[in-house]
Amino acid sequence: MQEIFNIFIKSIFIDNMVFAYFLGMCSYIAVSKTVNTSVGLGAAVIFVLGITVPVDYLMNEYLLKPGALVWLDEDFAEVDLSFLSFIMFIAVIASMVQLVEMVVEKFSPALYSSLGIFLPLIAVNCAILGGSLFMQEREYQSLGEATAFALGSGIGWFLAIVGIAAIREKIHYSNVPGPLKGIGITFIITGLMGIAFMSFLGIKL
Amino acid sequence: MSEQVQKESMFSTKNIKLLTDPIGKNNPITVQVLGICSALAVTAKLEPAIVMSISVMFVLGAGNVIISLLRNTIPQRIRIIVQLVIIAALVIIVDQILKAYAYQVSKQLSVFVGLIITNCIIMGRFEAFSMVNKPWPSFMDGIGNGLGYGMILVIVAFFRELFGSGTILGWEVFKTIGLYDIGYVNNGLMILPPMALIVVGVIIWVQRSKNPDLIKD
Repeated sequence: MQEIFNIFIKSIFIDNMVFAYFLGMCSYIAVSKTVNTSVGLGAAVIFVLGITVPVDYLMNEYLLKPGALVWLDEDFAEVDLSFLSFIMFIAVIASMVQLVEMVVEKFSPALYSSLGIFLPLIAVNCAILGGSLFMQEREYQSLGEATAFALGSGIGWFLAIVGIAAIREKIHYSNVPGPLKGIGITFIITGLMGIAFMSFLGIKL
Repeated sequence: MSEQVQKESMFSTKNIKLLTDPIGKNNPITVQVLGICSALAVTAKLEPAIVMSISVMFVLGAGNVIISLLRNTIPQRIRIIVQLVIIAALVIIVDQILKAYAYQVSKQLSVFVGLIITNCIIMGRFEAFSMVNKPWPSFMDGIGNGLGYGMILVIVAFFRELFGSGTILGWEVFKTIGLYDIGYVNNGLMILPPMALIVVGVIIWVQRSKNPDLIKD
């Protein structure tokens, strides 16, 4: 239990998706103009990560890993399908996003109208695929750990995009040098936020 | 159709422009702001940055040609899935080649080879260019964008490696010219992730001061 909690906290603050690995930067820069839309996108990322990473974990565990097919037949102990993981993960993500979009549209029109427009965008967000690939690389031991990692990363991403959106709303009124306006200053502020987040590095979990 | 192809020479001004535009004025990273995710993470050292650029250039060039050849047969509604499958297949090829011939670098790049799949430059070029253009211009466009992407990666990696570890491609520059003897110390901050963002920010600043017409907002 403690291990799961540690992974959760670690993936929010120390291994933050944006500040430590630059994942999902494209939408992070493009959709962070106002706080409202960035809250919507952030929530959608938490949601989709929380679904796709556990599914990809099961996929990896029972299909792709070397020797994962043993549950089918003892003869498959030698089979290693891990070279297929990219294509499997992206297929799971694309179909999951489609599925989630349809379910949300059917059962919660209110949620759909606030999240809906972001869902197709998320299929090609590097943070989602990155989540699955990190899950595979770090070899989490149980479904619980993988889920904790997914939710933690999502929340970390949410914090980052809401933070930068709030700063960008304010910086609109500042006297930034012309050539640095827009994305230039956004990069530099993100760098500074990253340095601030590095203060969590000292925490031993 | 075939007459039209022959009328336009392979290296007409228009095609050359496709190749050179993304390197400067229409750079995928600094102007279109695409594909930043992988660009920043692999630039702590020069070697992985170069390998990454070549991989992206390969996927982009080959993918653009394949999509362009198939552009009339791909159904509009499922095109994203088709594109993702093509990219994923190409990335698997790159990944397997790297694992076989450059294992150390592929370990350093870790998940970022896989993340070429969701690199927005590739999807962006497929959607904007190769879905509506012939194979040869698409190839030029792909290579051009790959070069533009690679250029920024190499610039960022050059400064980060030089000031962060005092080396270029592992060759100890600062030690050779004797900077350490007069009390110079490597700037460890340059190797840490946040500095990549700041270096890119400065590159954008320099580029936009030189081309004022890029400034908007």
